[in-house]
Amino acid sequence: MPNTENSKVSRCVEITNPQGLHLRPGEVFTRKASEFVSTVSIISGDRRVDGKSLLDIATLGATQGTKLEIEAHGPDAEVAVKVLADILETKSVDELTKGP
Amino acid sequence: MQTLQGIAVSPGVAIGEALVVDNEGVRIPQRFVAREAVQNEIERLSDAIAGADEEIAANRDTVTQQLGKHYGAIFGAHLRMLHDARLRREIEGLIRQNHYSPEYAVSRIMRRYAKVFQSLDSAFMKERATDIFDIEKRLLKHLLGDRSENVSQLTSPVVLLAHNLTPSETANLDRDFTRGFVTEVGGPGSHTAIVAEAMHIPAVVATGQFLTDVSGGDLIIIDGNHGRVILQPDEETIARYRHEVEEHRTLAARLRPLANKPAITEDGTTIHLYGNIEFPYEVKECNASGADGIGLYRTEFLYLNAKTEPTEETHFEAYKKVLLAMAGKPVCIRTLDLGAEKLLEVPSPEDERNPVLGLRSIRLTLRNVPLFRTQLRAILRASALGKIRVMFPLITTLKELRQAKMLLTDVMEDLEEQNIDFDRNIEVGMMAEVPAAVIFLDRFVDEVDFISIGTNDLIQYVLAVDRSNKDVAHMYTASEPSVLRLLRSSIQTAIKSNTPVNICGQMSGNTLYTMLLLGFGLQQFSVPPASLLEIKKVICSVSIKQCQRIARRVMTKENAQEIRSYLKDELRKQVPELVP
Repeated sequence: MPNTENSKVSRCVEITNPQGLHLRPGEVFTRKASEFVSTVSIISGDRRVDGKSLLDIATLGATQGTKLEIEAHGPDAEVAVKVLADILETKSVDELTKGP
Repeated sequence: MQTLQGIAVSPGVAIGEALVVDNEGVRIPQRFVAREAVQNEIERLSDAIAGADEEIAANRDTVTQQLGKHYGAIFGAHLRMLHDARLRREIEGLIRQNHYSPEYAVSRIMRRYAKVFQSLDSAFMKERATDIFDIEKRLLKHLLGDRSENVSQLTSPVVLLAHNLTPSETANLDRDFTRGFVTEVGGPGSHTAIVAEAMHIPAVVATGQFLTDVSGGDLIIIDGNHGRVILQPDEETIARYRHEVEEHRTLAARLRPLANKPAITEDGTTIHLYGNIEFPYEVKECNASGADGIGLYRTEFLYLNAKTEPTEETHFEAYKKVLLAMAGKPVCIRTLDLGAEKLLEVPSPEDERNPVLGLRSIRLTLRNVPLFRTQLRAILRASALGKIRVMFPLITTLKELRQAKMLLTDVMEDLEEQNIDFDRNIEVGMMAEVPAAVIFLDRFVDEVDFISIGTNDLIQYVLAVDRSNKDVAHMYTASEPSVLRLLRSSIQTAIKSNTPVNICGQMSGNTLYTMLLLGFGLQQFSVPPASLLEIKKVICSVSIKQCQRIARRVMTKENAQEIRSYLKDELRKQVPELVP
């Protein structure tokens, strides 16, 4: 179903970065997440954090191999989840920070 | 309310506002703001964020340029956190709803995040707490501007909380406004502990991590008698401790009249009571409490406080000040008692894995003769101005003692040639603190004028317990029967040979042991100035005969705890006001 006003999309990913979801990949993630209109959350077990807040994400302490669920809610939810999941599944921060 | 248990290193109780000391000693002066000022304060916060933003962005650009994008990216992450909408909402929330000052709100929120990070499993993630502190520090710097205070120049009373304090930091603390301190690490007998004692302020060390739970300005209680630190105390607790502070003040006032009385036991034995000092200013309290002299003048501060090795004049001026203030009473100067790692101009040993067993103290000075000669010359020159004794620390073998004495004679000859005045009959003594020397004391007594038993090191070496390792520090106690047996035999060896002997470790300043030591035959105590009157009170309240009976009883016991509780009972019987 293509983008409607209230679409809610989610996807499970596994952290592949050897140092986990630390500040630098987190920075890339939140920067991208903030570009979307949709709200973005990351769910880990019974915790849900704001996908646009680097501090909040860092408190998850997600290490390599941790399984997380990315959930977006809003008009661009589907694209958001796809782009953001790709970021989390990238192995190295350097690939992410290569720049545009 | 949260209570932390650490190691008590300096007695007393302090109740006061927290000053969390980091490398920059930033202090939050005000916790609350008026309701009508809230909007203004929020604007101040925005300005601070903008200021911090500029700084971090500049850092990012420099680092990226010099080290590459990979390193610059961490500042990118700092920027993102700085502008984190959630963070902003939380800080503003505290300012609007709780009327916290922006400084206090920033500190509260950032420390909460740092705490979460520190609790994470991954060591790499834990480290991220330092990133949070970094941002906190920047924001505070911008918020405080010129108002940031340095710990050496405070404007109101505080209790200092730090991860660790270096000896020079503790030595430079503002004495008028520092009411106590707590460090997350450290141990009894550490330099921090000695300085706290010198300043007569309560101190607790080795509490473990807690700084993330505290913000500057919080009300904190330091219980230096029991090694407790209480965060966010409730009203009942505050009242209880205020009462204790008051009682202590009353006791001190009641003991005051003893200052002018000699320390004589009920059965007429005169005991000599000396003060231990580190800084010349402590002489004042020694005199005010009627000390018979200075039994231990530690000279380490001369080295630790300085940026370069102290000159002969620096030494001389400090000694002169103490001597003149003591007006003819004896002053015993201990030569440098530090490890090489603490000295600037001495090469650090390459493989010092175990500093307490390493190149320190007399071992170090005998290897760095020019450094040693400078101090000895100053001591000898000062000996012309009053009654000086000189004492060598950490003597292990007779050969070391003889080498040190030979060097002293050598310096005397130099002074003679130069027609510089000094006391030719200066008394020379040694610290008995290495078990080797204590066991062999009967051979040492022939070659010294006096012995001073340093229980702090002796206990640590006899029990093989590192006082600064918090996992074993609880095993460190003077009341271990093995330690007491060694003490009794060394006191008796000295008495048999008519060699004056005193104890200058923390043990001698603890009223719990006064009767026991008197029972062992000890007639000279060297104690922290703050303990002089309490020790005198015990001496004046007991007879030697009683003390000998107590000592005999103690020596039949086989464990430290039993001995302590027995001594406490006996002290309570004799001097109830000294047992809380």
